[in-house]
Formats: sequence, C-alpha cells, structure tokens
Amino acid sequence: MSDPVTPGSARTIPPPTGPTDPPPPADLPVPAFITTAQSAVAGAIERIAYWVGDWSLIVSLTRLPEVAAHLRDTAGAQFDLCSDVTATDWPPRAERFDVIYTLYSTRLKHRVRLKVRVAETGSVPSVASVWPAANWLEREVFDLFGIRFGGHPDLRRILMPDEWQGHPQRKDYPLEGPGEMLLENPVDWLKVKRAGEIE
Amino acid sequence: MSTFDTTELTLNMGPQHPSTHGVLRVVLRLDGERVVGCDVVIGYLHRGIEKLCEHRDWQQIVLITDRMDYVAAASNNLGYVETVEKLMSLEVPRRARYIRVILAELQRIASHCLWLGTHAMDMGAMTVFLYCFRERELVLDLFEEYCGARLTYNSMRIGGLPLDIPSGWDKKVRAFCDILESKVPEYEELLTHNRIWRDRTKGIGVIGGADAVALGLTGPVLRGSGVPRDVRKDEPYAAYSDFEFDVPVGTAGDTYDRYLVRIEEFHQSVRIIRQALDGLPEGPIVAKVPRLIKPPAGETYHAIESPKGELGYFIVSDGKSNAPYRFRVRPPSFCNLQALPRLVQGHLMSDVVALIGSIDIVLGEVDR
Repeated sequence: MSDPVTPGSARTIPPPTGPTDPPPPADLPVPAFITTAQSAVAGAIERIAYWVGDWSLIVSLTRLPEVAAHLRDTAGAQFDLCSDVTATDWPPRAERFDVIYTLYSTRLKHRVRLKVRVAETGSVPSVASVWPAANWLEREVFDLFGIRFGGHPDLRRILMPDEWQGHPQRKDYPLEGPGEMLLENPVDWLKVKRAGEIE
Repeated sequence: MSTFDTTELTLNMGPQHPSTHGVLRVVLRLDGERVVGCDVVIGYLHRGIEKLCEHRDWQQIVLITDRMDYVAAASNNLGYVETVEKLMSLEVPRRARYIRVILAELQRIASHCLWLGTHAMDMGAMTVFLYCFRERELVLDLFEEYCGARLTYNSMRIGGLPLDIPSGWDKKVRAFCDILESKVPEYEELLTHNRIWRDRTKGIGVIGGADAVALGLTGPVLRGSGVPRDVRKDEPYAAYSDFEFDVPVGTAGDTYDRYLVRIEEFHQSVRIIRQALDGLPEGPIVAKVPRLIKPPAGETYHAIESPKGELGYFIVSDGKSNAPYRFRVRPPSFCNLQALPRLVQGHLMSDVVALIGSIDIVLGEVDR
C-alpha cells in the first residue's frame, strides 16, 4: 500500500512498540485520588504516567471494574463522566491493544485516563455497568479494533455494516480497505457476495 | 371484533427522513402511538476520518476536521490545533487566541441558528427557520470575508492562524452582534410563549442531572438538566479565562429547557465576542513553529466546548513519522445521541422528531 502523503517515511521507520507513558517527574505531587486508589484497590494500578498535564493510570486488565467503581464512588475522585473510550494498536507487542478510558469529574473538575493492555484474543471487562456512557463507545472500539468486551449488554458493530469483515482501525488494515469495495462491475459484486455466503 | 390487536408495531424511521438531520435511522417499536423501544442505527456517513488522519500530515488534518461537524467547522479546527499545541507545549500568541475565540463564538451562533431553525421546522414552525437562516447567512458572510470559505473554513493553523482579520472586519462583527441581539427576541416571540411550542416541548424527554452525566451527555443537553458543566469555564482554553460570561442552566431537563439554554447562549456568545473585540491585543498571529511539525512522542487528550458539547481529541504521536500514530475524536453528537433511546421511552411517535432535534446532532460528526 502506498502512502499518499509521506512516501517511504512510514515504511522506513520501524513501527513503535508501545506508548511512552513516562513516569511523573519526582518533584510533582501525585493527586490525592491516585494515592487513595492505589491503597484502596491494592495492586490493581500497575503504573502511573504523566505527560503534558495529563495523568494516566495503567491498570491490570482483570481489576478494571474494581478501579472504575472505586474512582466513580470515592469522595475525593467522583469520576462521574466517562467522556471517552478508545484504543490504540501496537502490533509488535504481545498484548497488542491499549484500551483507554478518559474520565472526568463534573463536581471536582479533574481528569484522569485509565489504560489496560489486552491481547488480540483477550477480552476487556466492560465498564458499561459503571458508566452507561461507555456502552456505545465500547461498541465503537469493538467495531473498529475487534476488541471484545466481556459483560457488555449489546456488543454489535456500530459504524461499519454488520456484515463487514475486519476491523478498520487496526494498523495492519490498509487505508484503502481490503479491496472488494473497488470492484466496478456489479457482476463481481455478486461474486463477492456469494463467496461471503459460502463462508 | 371483541379483542383489540395489541401487537407491537416496528416502524423504521430514516435514514431518508426529513427530520433526522441527515442519515440517521431509528427503528421504533410502537404500542399504538407510544414508543416502547428504540434502536438507533448509525454509520451511513462513516468515512473513516480517524483512519484517514493517521495517514495525513499534521497540518493537512486541520482540513479534514472541517468535514466532521460541518456546521461548526471552526470549533473542530480549534479543538484539533489546540491538542497538537498541547502535545508540542507551544505557546500561542494572545492575538491569535482572541481571534480564535471570536471565530468559535461566531460559529456557535451559526450552529445554534441552524439548530433552532431546523428544530422549529421539524415541529411545524416554518417561520423561525427563515428568521434563523437570515442571521446565519450574516455569520457565513463574516467567515467568507475572513477566510474565503462559507462552510469548511480551514481557519486555523498549528501555532496560530493562517490570516489576520481583514481591516474593518471587527466593525462588521460588532454590527452583527447588534443585529443578532435585536433578532433573538424575535425568535423568542415566535416560540417561547407560543402555546403550541410549549405543548410540544414541555415535559418531553425529561432527564435528570445525574442520569444525564452517567449517559455521557455534554453541552446544552446536559446544561438543560441543570448541570453547570461547560468546558469553557471548567477547563479554560484559548482565551476564555479572560472573559466574563455565564453558563445558563435549565431546571426541568426537558426539551423546552434545552431550547431556553441555547437561546441564552446566543446572548452569552455575543457578550464574549464583544469583550474579545474590545480587548483584542496587537501582535503576531502565529507562534514560531517548525516547518515540519513532529510533536515529541507522547499522547494527550484535550477537550473544547463545541456548540454540541464536549469535543475532545486524543492524539498519540510516535515522535518519528510526520503523521499522528493514533487520532481519535470524541464526538459530542455521537455521545449525546446515545441518550435518544432513553429520552423517547414512553413518548409519542411525533415527539421522537422533537427529541432528535433537541439533542442537536450532525451526522457527519456522529459517523465520522
């Protein structure tokens, strides 16, 4: 596949193997809600990252719902708005995906990001029961990355057609699509459709 | 003859329905005229903008963001360039930040004009549509004079602005503010105390503050439920911390309150624009930016208050290639639309039209 804008550059540079997630500088005080969470849900928060003013918590996959419920209900945290759920794909890594939750507190007006790592075959515990807002956002991540969410009430594709093959936001999915949409002759379309039915 | 047929009726509304503001499809389950279930089907306008942006230069993406919420292109530009500036820790000149605020607020007025006109027209109030588009036209003229485009402005650059304001433009903006202030009472005269309008909107789609937050609602829809959440106040960006303005909130959380909130936002936007014009500093309009933009490796999320709600960008840079490694948009319309099944529950079929209008969606942004 050719890159229309930066010829060569995308291929000559090896793909990054993961996010940087730099630790916070030593002289920066860690917000109280993070230290509280670290002691309340002991062992669930693997690492803390800080970059250009944003705090991220790298959480262990299985304990995500615990951390989520803690951050929503604790007095000093009160993260009541799940403003975004998204994912990043780092193909060389064994646990290839990061699923990222951006949380905000409408009362205390602070933000934090939660991150979990998940393998292609793995499944992330859904937080739709903690924040109903995560319902569609997790569906979108499922649709575009193919990450499964365990316990999600309604895990269907949302943006792509239901019968679509593949997950477009993955790094190994070509920008132009897999190719079948480029067929010009309607007869070829029917062939593709029939082939899909046989599968 | 003796028993009624009480089978639920499944009714498909859209994607080609005039009140769905684009290509939204809603599958309704009806018990008589009452809605008992609703499934929202989206994706008809999905163009893979996130994927596309991961294959484009940092500067080229500004142009693509225009195509998301195409009735508020300047707000989309603003969110994107500010996110990249945050990633690069770039200080933007004050004049540029002031002009950005003016553009963003003009855009809010244009977007709310379009919303009010179409929302009222959906419910049969044809005149308001013509009134609103009259004023929206004036905003588009101002944008045309500023950057040459009327819909997809491409009006911001990483580090500042492509152009300074043309001479005499500020006077025209002031004149527009005066015109708008005299016209908003005209809209209100047609609607606010109109018996039919009140009957159609009061008590329709009520949602409480806590529920609205849990469902991820932002923007005027959330403020209509009494939650004073406004990114401009809570996490000030551009130059909003320099200006005085109020955040209007509703009390009932129904369609009528969401309407009142947006009407009041016209006045607040005018107030911000006037302050920005009064205090417009002299100086450069663009910071010192390297010709080839390559933010250092890292990631950030930055949100702005678009006319629809919290518009957030989550961008990951790998520090090596000249395109973002991951480009994610948190579209306010998408998140607000999620509440539609909850809002229409138990209401009449005809109220669905009012509620789709009330949450103010643009399908270009929902589907991206």
